[in-house]
Amino acid sequence: MKITSHPFFKVFKTFFLVDLISGMYLTLRYMFKKKVTLMYPYEKGSLSVRFRGEHALRRYPNGEERCIACKLCEAVCPAQAITIEAEEREDGSRRTTRYDIDMTKCIYCGLCEEACPVDAIVEGPNFEFSTETREELYYDKDKLLSNGDRWEVEIAERLEREALGR
Amino acid sequence: MLDALLSLLPLVGTIILIVVLLLLAVAYLTLVERKVIAAMQLRVGPNVVGWFGLLQPFADGLKLLHKETIIPTRANPLIFLVAPLITFGLSLSAWAVIPFSPGWVIANINVGVLYLFAISSLGVYGIIIAGWASNSKYAFLGALRSAAQMVSYEVSIGLVIIAVLLSAGSMNLTSIVESQKGLWYVIPHLPMAVIFIISALAETNRAPFDLPEAEAELVSGYNVEYSSMTFALFFLGEYANMILMSTMGTILFLGGWLPPLDMAPFTLIPGVVWFFLKVSFLLFIFLWVRATFPRYRYDQLMHLGWKVFLPFSLAWVMITASVVVMLGVIKA
Repeated sequence: MKITSHPFFKVFKTFFLVDLISGMYLTLRYMFKKKVTLMYPYEKGSLSVRFRGEHALRRYPNGEERCIACKLCEAVCPAQAITIEAEEREDGSRRTTRYDIDMTKCIYCGLCEEACPVDAIVEGPNFEFSTETREELYYDKDKLLSNGDRWEVEIAERLEREALGR
Repeated sequence: MLDALLSLLPLVGTIILIVVLLLLAVAYLTLVERKVIAAMQLRVGPNVVGWFGLLQPFADGLKLLHKETIIPTRANPLIFLVAPLITFGLSLSAWAVIPFSPGWVIANINVGVLYLFAISSLGVYGIIIAGWASNSKYAFLGALRSAAQMVSYEVSIGLVIIAVLLSAGSMNLTSIVESQKGLWYVIPHLPMAVIFIISALAETNRAPFDLPEAEAELVSGYNVEYSSMTFALFFLGEYANMILMSTMGTILFLGGWLPPLDMAPFTLIPGVVWFFLKVSFLLFIFLWVRATFPRYRYDQLMHLGWKVFLPFSLAWVMITASVVVMLGVIKA
């Protein structure tokens, strides 16, 4: 029989508050440990390369938009947040005339990105796009393309690093 | 008549000074609490308003004050508004008998301990009236729990105080402190000091005995229906009571303003500083305990109060009385 399971030992522990004191000693030690707080707007944590943030529509280096209006993303979207309308452009290529994402419906699952055959729609690293009105979260094609232009450097780098990990 | 009023001026000045300092202490106690608990949870706590968040209590206070005072339609408005005043007023009036240093006391009455005990018992009224007047289930349940808990633990606090009274042979707070010269009562009465601290936690409804507010079950206890200034008064009263309990602990067990050793480096520091340090230490224990332990279950709380502390402190009072008589300190 171990001494710690002896009834007398238990009484001793209760009477002299042994467990309580050891608990308090633990919190006291923690008080002097290094703090883990991140001063958020000034400091930011690292993001995974697979982080799924705000959507963006990308372009080719020559400025041509990648999206070919195949509507795979629209079909795969489980929240049905994507609406696409397409028409033939003057030069005969198939392009979208409308590409809307309702960011209030989107569940950030990343399936649109997976489905896209030309890496046009991606979810970038940006997660700070809160707005004051609901309407501002109904993204249209212009907004998505401008997101793409704004985040292209980061998006391209992350796509490359992510491909290495596959 | 005028002369009599003028002669009261210094007294009024002292009272205002103590109240202002007490409110400042309460304000900063809230900040210290947040800082200490944050540190124990590896966070940094408030640090944006002012240096190290030093202006945070004032920001909180201002925000609270410009909120609307809501009086529930089903509440009794008069009693509803009187309850926080009772709690707050009582928590201030107790300070009349506290000696901060030799002679630094508003009313050096010879039944100081009895007065303190009476005032802290009256505190239950504010809470139970608040819960009753709110006419709300949560407030009512919170008030009942609170009242039952405070009444139960007052019994053991009373016995703890009796043990100290027997050793000091006086109910005057100043002479209780004086009698601890050389040996603070925390050493001969260590178990009683521990019981006192634990009962003080229960008496002030602090974690791990914060069942009256038990935010997971009762939203926030007897003060759910209160907002703005009325809530602020409860809040101030609660924290002032915490400081009062620590002060009582300092006077009864830690030798009040007396230095730890009656020698040169210690005696050079004024007694008020020692007093302040001891009260701060006890307050730190309050916060430390809150950061460490989960909440008690209600039946465990009652079990601890009535079946453990009460018999134990009763036995200790008898032992103390016998020892005091045997040593001939008091003639039987």
